[in-house]
Amino acid sequence: MLQVNDINVYYGPIHAIKGLSFEVRPGEIVALIGANGAGKSTVLKTISGLIRPKTGSIVFDGRDITKTEAHKIVQAGLAHVPEGRRIFLQMTVMENLEMGAFTQKSVSEEDLEAVFTRFPRLKERRRQIAGTLSGGEQQMLAMGRALMSRPKLMMLDEPSMGLAPLLVAQIFEIIAELNKSGTTILLVEQNAGMALEVAHRAYVLETGRITLSGTGAELAESDEIKKAYLGG
Amino acid sequence: MSTVISQIFNGLQSGSVYALVALGYSMVYGIIMLLNFAHGDIIMVGAYVAWIMIAKAGLPPAVGVVAAVVGCTLLGITIEKVAYAPLRKSPRLSLLITAIGISFFLENLAQLVMGAGAKSMPEIVSGPGLSFAGANISFVAMVTIVVAVISMVLLTILVQRTKMGKAMRAVSEDMDSARLMGISVNRTISFTFALGSALAGIGAVLYSCAYPQASPTMGSMLGLKAFVAAVLGGIGSIPGAMIGGFAIGLLEAFVSAVGLSVWKEGAVFAILILVLLIKPTGIMGRVITEKV
Ligand SMILES: Nc1ncnc2c1ncn2[C@@H]1O[C@H](COP(=O)(O)OP(=O)(O)O)[C@@H](O)[C@H]1O
Ligand SMILES: [Mg+2]
Repeated sequence: MLQVNDINVYYGPIHAIKGLSFEVRPGEIVALIGANGAGKSTVLKTISGLIRPKTGSIVFDGRDITKTEAHKIVQAGLAHVPEGRRIFLQMTVMENLEMGAFTQKSVSEEDLEAVFTRFPRLKERRRQIAGTLSGGEQQMLAMGRALMSRPKLMMLDEPSMGLAPLLVAQIFEIIAELNKSGTTILLVEQNAGMALEVAHRAYVLETGRITLSGTGAELAESDEIKKAYLGG
Repeated sequence: MSTVISQIFNGLQSGSVYALVALGYSMVYGIIMLLNFAHGDIIMVGAYVAWIMIAKAGLPPAVGVVAAVVGCTLLGITIEKVAYAPLRKSPRLSLLITAIGISFFLENLAQLVMGAGAKSMPEIVSGPGLSFAGANISFVAMVTIVVAVISMVLLTILVQRTKMGKAMRAVSEDMDSARLMGISVNRTISFTFALGSALAGIGAVLYSCAYPQASPTMGSMLGLKAFVAAVLGGIGSIPGAMIGGFAIGLLEAFVSAVGLSVWKEGAVFAILILVLLIKPTGIMGRVITEKV
């Protein structure tokens, strides 16, 4: 579904991503874990077209999207829920969802109902200005908004960031459910424990390079991972 | 009493024009954080287009009005595409300097093509005035206020209710996030310039009704006052620009009414200084948090 082939990404002189390759197969949950500053967000931004790799290629759904503009990549069925949610704080919950459906001809009632069924809180608060939502609700809105574009692949950047443990568990549950109902997931997390639990496969990113990869269970058992990311 | 009422209408009339022009400043600032100092000169071009159509070509005023609005819209889109779009990733100062450059360019081009002297504009609208509580309100004043209010209502509906209007708000709040929704940022910015410039075109026509002259520098003072109106209302805010425009118009009318008309401009810029000192975010302005 997604192939990232030997990409190099720079911020000016900073070589942030160094010859990175990985893939996501249809139906999978793939986790990309790594410390703060490893380059996880940069990888997602490069895939969704917000930044360009200097070399390498990205293929989504059989199509080379390396040079495709960001707004056209969404159209192809790739949604990116960015780090820090980045919902439109001055717009209402409903308007945020409408923006999520921007690539659709019109806002489908069916899609809207599906989002409201998954996130009942959003339905209650649909007329509210998004900036007044709690952190957990904002994360739900960010995910609901992404779902409105009917993505084949959804990329989530640290969805658990800043949330209370109970909410974190809930968010991961929703991710697993979304996956079961047919959405492929690429998940970026610092919260390695939870991510490895839900992921089919995972890659470990260190300063712009993949240093380890395997199934979620394998990595969760590995001594290196335990030491570096799971607190012993 | 009757003088107060006629001054209120004078103020509302010029305020209508300031508000229409201020909207262009505010919308463009809202979306790309640029103080578009070429915006005032778009009005000047609009006035010349109307003059060419009506006085030179002898076409009916309605044709001149449409041509002015269309001309301003196309000019606004072109300036954005040619001068500002290539600087999307440059520092904001480069953009500001470019805008000032465009302003000089348009003024000098007008001088070259049209000559330095003012052209006198034929009558665009005419009709009977209205007597209201002993005050005479001119037909032009009424038309100006009504046209401006209708334009603003339509703009508000467009921005609040339509898909493109919502996209504009999304882009002005968070450009990258808007991209991730599938919104074409370039198209949205173009659209914003088109809207702001169309309003400037309407402003140009209304201004020409009140001051029937076109000259190369007519846009600079008008533009500056509208800019002050936008800042007073809260730059980036659409209702703010409307409120600010009418406030500046009324202020000028009252300063003139008490016999201080030479201080009219001075009073406007005093407002600018006061706003910047006391409440830089203006009347409707939100606290602008720097995006990280
Ligand atoms: N806009 C930027 N400009 C310059 N350097 C950046 C920028 N964004 C990220 N970086 C650098 O790139 C590296 C990877 O950052 P990032 O992808 O945000 O890491 P992560 O998401 O894993 O925390 C870091 O060293 C960071 O400082
Ligand atoms: Mg990150």
